[in-house]
This record gives sequence, structure tokens and C-alpha cells, in this order.
Amino acid sequence: MRQVKRDRLISILLISPSVLAIAVFVYGFIGFTAYSSLSKWDALTPDFTFVGLRNYAKLFTIDRFLSDLRNTVTFTVLFLAACLVIGLFLAILLDQRVKGEGVFRSIFLFTMAISFIVTGVVWRWLLNPGTIQTGSSGVNLLFEKAGLGFLRWGWFTDPTIWHIPAESAVGGFLARIGLGGLTSPFVGVSLAMISVVIAATWQMSGYTMAMYLAGLRAIPDELREAARVDGASEFAIYRHIILPLLQPITLSAVIVLGHISLKIFDLVVSMTGPGPAFATDVPAFFMFDTTFRGNNFAQGAAIATLLLLVVAVLVVPYLRYTTRTEAEI
Amino acid sequence: MTAASALSGKHPTAPRNIRWGRIVIYAILIVATAFYLLPVFLLVITGMKSFAEVSLATMWNLPSGLHFDSYLKAWLGKESEGIRGLSYNFMNSVYLAIPATLGSALLGSMNGYVLAKWKFRGSDTLFPLILFGMFIPYQSILIPLVQVLQRMGLYGSIPGLIFVHIVYGIPITTLIFRNYYAGIPTELVEAAKIDGASLLGIYRHILFPISMPGFVVVMIWQFQSIWNDFLFGVIVTSRPSVQPITVALNNMAGSYIVEWNVQMAGAILAALPTLLVFIFLGRYFMRGLLAGSLKG
Repeated sequence: MRQVKRDRLISILLISPSVLAIAVFVYGFIGFTAYSSLSKWDALTPDFTFVGLRNYAKLFTIDRFLSDLRNTVTFTVLFLAACLVIGLFLAILLDQRVKGEGVFRSIFLFTMAISFIVTGVVWRWLLNPGTIQTGSSGVNLLFEKAGLGFLRWGWFTDPTIWHIPAESAVGGFLARIGLGGLTSPFVGVSLAMISVVIAATWQMSGYTMAMYLAGLRAIPDELREAARVDGASEFAIYRHIILPLLQPITLSAVIVLGHISLKIFDLVVSMTGPGPAFATDVPAFFMFDTTFRGNNFAQGAAIATLLLLVVAVLVVPYLRYTTRTEAEI
Repeated sequence: MTAASALSGKHPTAPRNIRWGRIVIYAILIVATAFYLLPVFLLVITGMKSFAEVSLATMWNLPSGLHFDSYLKAWLGKESEGIRGLSYNFMNSVYLAIPATLGSALLGSMNGYVLAKWKFRGSDTLFPLILFGMFIPYQSILIPLVQVLQRMGLYGSIPGLIFVHIVYGIPITTLIFRNYYAGIPTELVEAAKIDGASLLGIYRHILFPISMPGFVVVMIWQFQSIWNDFLFGVIVTSRPSVQPITVALNNMAGSYIVEWNVQMAGAILAALPTLLVFIFLGRYFMRGLLAGSLKG
């Protein structure tokens, strides 16, 4: 029994440095950041005078932050949709006993091994629209050579924001029922963001492909055989048997990709920067600028805290769900 | 080479609609391949061109021969033009990634062992609390992190970055090892306990020797995420001489005096180590990837 007690002590000793590190560097630091976000600390020297939620309220009056929110919504929706659709589609194709499956799989997946910075540098030149002096470049030039010149556009340099114009019929109607705010350019889609979505999808869609492929391989063949014997078409088998079975994987993918897209930073920094009129700016970049270039620590802390809250809303229920189902097994 | 001929050779009697289906499948896969490899193609042809050949208007033309001008300039830099080469930063990343990878694998292994085989009251609550650390936006810890590193005298140095990567690597490494050890029969551990083996003895003589696959998965995962990290690098290191390669590459790409072909060559240099790991150890890379989505 002495041995058991000693082992118990050693097990605690083994794990305590990590637990302590997480307690301080994750939870303690989050607490410090949240505390700073309620303070007046807007220069290099800390000033913890309590100002309540003033920093938060101020954020929602800053054009750059409102643009960031719009861009994050645009990016998250398009990026998730593209990764899920492309990933699922490629996984289903690869699951058809394709020759050279291993080669295709590696080609679709190798992008996961490289840095967002590399991706950003490369796609910046691929989607660089070119100038009047140089003529078209990158993908625009490819379009030109393929006789698809009409597809050329400004990519991430295009400042267009799609939104409901206030002077349109719909805009007038919205104004009359008191929803005129919906015609603001901050409620819209930033077209420049599409370029960032393309680069991010290039990098991450292989990941969803791999997850779905693993899921498809886990479905026993007997299930499909039984459905076939019952006369179900291949399409019906996917629609009614396979897709529902893949739902947990979709959930995991949404959580993983969703939290990546909420905190995306590297790719935007290296590929586009904030863009014309903040057309490709994101909250993480704004936080970085505000805090480490502008020394407005309290404001930066407020952005960081908001980011954390949104990610927590997404991740905490998922963590509880997966660790609980695991415990049941 | 076409999918169609390869297929008709294989299934000469296949019904017509099935054969068409196959052709469509391969056609789509080849289009997808083109999308994934297009940037690689551009990177490679640009890297091989001589300086005289490089211009935006001819960026898709094939190189006339093998010139490694761009790579040399990206690697060594050119003092006369004020261009810093990436060689120092590449080595910084090596000195950073290797100890940080080893350190976090070791910590993860210990944590995983305890959480999988020596559960205590509250350990099942502790585990998700640790895991949460891998999902947080690091923006929410950067401000105090800089302050604390400055107090510890680690700010602006490679040891400081190593420390940061080990700390924030704890959740993922713990997760992978816990799942790995959970898959090893508890009877093995129980039997050893009855034979009087201690906690450390069981680890050393039973679990550690069969931990290699776990270590490979964790080390590959950590190596690639540390090598590819940008945020911690840019926050913790401000002097160019200690910056990791991702930060240096980003600076290079943001500089107007560096030609785009040199930037492309720099991008390949920065991507090479993790790509090689992927090519040679891809199987283990996949496992880490899937573990990252918690379904170990």
C-alpha cells in the first residue's frame, strides 16, 4: 500500500508542471487580458484604472472593427462551405476504388504541411491582378492566355462591398420598417475576401477530405451491400445512409475550421494586409496593430477577449460533448 | 496516360455508363490536382529562372534552363541591395523547432500516461480544461505573455520561443498521448502493478518501449506546427537575427526591394523541411491531423 501512495504522489508530481503551466499561461493570462480590457491602459506604461465596458463600446464605433466583423462572417461562411463541399466531394470520389488513390490523397493533403505564411506569399503573386505597366499577371494572365479574359478581376485589390443600397427599393423598405441599418456597407460581403478564401481553402480542404475519407472507410461495406440488395440507387445510398453517418465528422470539421477562421491572422498578414478600406482586414490583425504597434493595450485586450468569447461559444460545448461521450465508452 | 485508356484496358467489358462514370471521376480528380499543384508549378518554374528571364508578363513561361539564381539570393541575401538572406533564419527555426518538439513530446507523454493509466479524482475534469488551451485564440494571452517573458529575461530570444511553444504545445501533445495510451490494455499495467512495479518502472519498462508510434505522431505534429508558426515568432522576437524563417519570409515578402522570384524561392525554402517530413512520414502526419479533431 505504501507503493500505491508513493505512485499516487509521483503521478501528481509528473503532471503538475503542465497543470501549473496551463493554469498560469492559459487561464491566468486570459484573466489578465480580460482585466486589462476593462482598464484605461492605452500607452506603454500600464494603467489599470477601471473604466468598465468603455473599450468594448468604443470598438463598435470604429469603422475598422465593423469591417473586421463583416469580413470574418464572409470568410467563415465561404471558407467553411468551400472546405466541406470540396472535402466531401473529393473523399467520395477517392472512395470509388480509384487507381493511384495514394498519390491523389497526398496531392490534396500536402498543403496542410506548409505554413500559412508560405501560402500567403505564393497566392499573393498568383492572384496579383497586375498593373497597367506590367499588364495582367498571375491567374489573370492565365485566363487571358486561355481566352477567358472576361474572368479577369482585381482579386484582393477590389474594394467592392456587396450590400443592399440604401437608395434601392429594398433599402427604402428596410428604412421604413426601421431596419435601415441593414443597408450599411458593414452588413455585406467584401469581394476582396474571396481571394483569401481561395488561398485558405487551397490549404485546408485536404484536411476535410482526409477526415471524410477516414469516415467513409469506417462505414462497413455490408451496409451499402444491404441497401443495394434492397434496390437503392448509388445516389440514394449516399443521400440516406452515408451522409447521415458522416454527420459527426462534419461537426468536428466545422469546429476545427470554424475556430481557425475566427482567429485567422498569418494568411491575411502575408497575403493582403488590411486591404483597400479594410476590405481584407480581420479582428486578429486589428488586435495586433492596436496592441503592439499602437500600444493601446486595453483596446487590444477588448478585441482579444471578444475573439476568445466567440471561440469559446463554439468550442466549449463541443469539448464537453466529446469528452463526455468518450467517458461513456 | 489518360484515365480513359488506362481504364478500358482494365475493364474491357465494363458497361458503357460505368466507364463514362469512371472517366468523369478521373477528370474531376485531375482538375482538382491542377488546382492544388498550380502554386507549386509556379514556385518551381520561377525558382529555376535566371534573373534575366523573370518578369510578371512571362511568369507562366517555362525556364530556359536550370538557374538557381533566385534560390541563392533568397538563401544568402545580397548586401549591396540591402537584402537579408534567409539562411540564418532557417537555422533559427531549426534551433527552435527541434528542442521545442522534443520538450513538448516528453511532457505530453508523461501527462498522457498519468491521465490514461493513473486516473485520479478530477482527472476527467482536468483533461478538457487542458484541451481548451489548444483552441484559444492566442491573441487572448499575448499581452501578459510579453510582460512575463520580459520579467523572465526570455523575451526576444530563441529560448523564449522554445519555452512558449512547449507551454502551448501541452494540450495537443497530452491529447495525442492520452489517446495512444488509452488504446494500450490496462491489464498490462495492472499486471505489472501486482508484480510490484512502480509508476515510473511501468513507464520505463512497459509503456515507453511501445510508445514510439505515439512519439513519431506527436513529434511530427509539433515540428510542423512550430516550424510553421508565425504569431509567436513575430510577437516574441523583434530582432531580425533571432527571427524564425516564417517571420523573415513575411518581412521579405513585404519589402519592395526584393523581387517576387526571390520571394517565391524563399517560400520554397521555408516550406521544404515540413514538406519533406510530409513526403517521408505522411502516414504519421495523417494520424496527428485526425487526432487534432479529437477523434483519436
